[in-house]
Amino acid sequence: MMLEQHDETRIVVTGVGLAAPNGNNLAEFRQSLLVGRSGIERIDIRYMGEVLAGICHFDPLKYQKKKELRRGTRAGSIGVYCAREAMIDSKLDSACLDKSRMGVYLGITEHGTVETENEIYEIKQFDYDVKYWSHHHNPRVVANNPAGEVTLNMGITGPHYTLGGACAGGNIALIQGLQMLLLDEVDLALAGGVSESSSSFGIFAGFRSEGALASHPDPEKACRPFDRDRNGVVVAEGGCVFVLERLRDALERGANIYGEIVGYAINSDALDFIFPSAERQVECMRLSMGKAGISPEDIDIINTHGTGTIEGDPVECQAIAAVFGEYPHACINNTKSLIGHAMGAAGALELAGNLPSFRDYLVHPTINLDNLDPKCNLSNLVINEPRKIDKVDYILNNSFGMLGINSVVIAKRFAT
Amino acid sequence: MTKQQIRDRVLEIIAQIVPDEDLSNLRGDIPIREQVELDSMDFLDIIMELRKRYGIEVPEDDYIQLATLDGSVAYLEPRMRDL
Repeated sequence: MMLEQHDETRIVVTGVGLAAPNGNNLAEFRQSLLVGRSGIERIDIRYMGEVLAGICHFDPLKYQKKKELRRGTRAGSIGVYCAREAMIDSKLDSACLDKSRMGVYLGITEHGTVETENEIYEIKQFDYDVKYWSHHHNPRVVANNPAGEVTLNMGITGPHYTLGGACAGGNIALIQGLQMLLLDEVDLALAGGVSESSSSFGIFAGFRSEGALASHPDPEKACRPFDRDRNGVVVAEGGCVFVLERLRDALERGANIYGEIVGYAINSDALDFIFPSAERQVECMRLSMGKAGISPEDIDIINTHGTGTIEGDPVECQAIAAVFGEYPHACINNTKSLIGHAMGAAGALELAGNLPSFRDYLVHPTINLDNLDPKCNLSNLVINEPRKIDKVDYILNNSFGMLGINSVVIAKRFAT
Repeated sequence: MTKQQIRDRVLEIIAQIVPDEDLSNLRGDIPIREQVELDSMDFLDIIMELRKRYGIEVPEDDYIQLATLDGSVAYLEPRMRDL
């Protein structure tokens, strides 16, 4: 069913705050994407030794005191930074806002892993005596923690929660924020995603045991979606929060509008814990376009999910070929090749990285694609260099996750 | 440890728990929680640090004796003097 088209029911993005391995705000992030600057580096993590990861370098004390950092989590810190940046970017005057009518919706893949691993490591030195277990543990690991820390920091008294959607979490949170605005539950939605996964040795170990953790002598070349020599995922931390408003409110205050969310869909593969389904990805993309009232030929940019796994990439390519094969106009790119897999933040970050295309008509490239795998033979991939195009009206953003969760968000250029 | 050393160790612990605060003028005779922002969870951090760093167990009934810096030093002196 198509979304209605009134100013009260049209939802737009009026602020973006983000933390990425290659940029601490949208301008830096976008510039890095356009020039192909990676954010992947070597880190040392307990029990694993040296691994490759995307690490953010924003200043966590910009909006938080040292005590808040001490009490809270990395995911919370990333959430606070992104939410505060997004609010400033939106130019909304916090003092005039009804904070009971603001909601915080953050996508995550998982939460609590990092904190639990840390705690067990801490008490190991005391022979696992649980009297050394931190009293701060429980509020750190509850799944709402990242969103809750945003409300604590910003004095928001409206609803807050996280949306567990595996690697589709970011898109799913955007969809939730939009829906809550449509339902008139809130007047402002801070929606996006966060990842602290690069602080969890278990996440790395799990991917390595699956045979899906990328390695390469050059960290910046390790994440290689669609490339013949790809060998897995690069785990990244990061975050992105959008300010979502009703168009009516945005126009009334003369807001800068990055784009309009016009289509979306979420579905499930119902197939496997890990291996994806092309059929359901096809269905999800078609559902999202149906919601937007558009057809495949209307899409100008497809931002792929593409994580760089041997099994996953061809399935998405198959799905895209099935939907867009007869309409090869759309340019196709991938963000993970540059920043790694930002997990719960991925959907939101990757959409943010493409929104500026509505203004500059550039499609950022995917990098590390030296030999295209024949099984990933997508026409119109933008490789290594950005591409200038004549029309950018619609961007389609794929994010798919474990347990077969699929999400697609479509953004449209807003023209007055 | 001398009383002064014990006092310094307690201040170190508090400084870690309230890292944004200036403790240079912390008075020994007024409850710590009236001088810096320290809630009950932060207080438990003091108890935990005493346990982790010095192996000292403070029963819940004795918490009240740690309300002031002077009180903390007096309570800890017999327990820490041989450290």
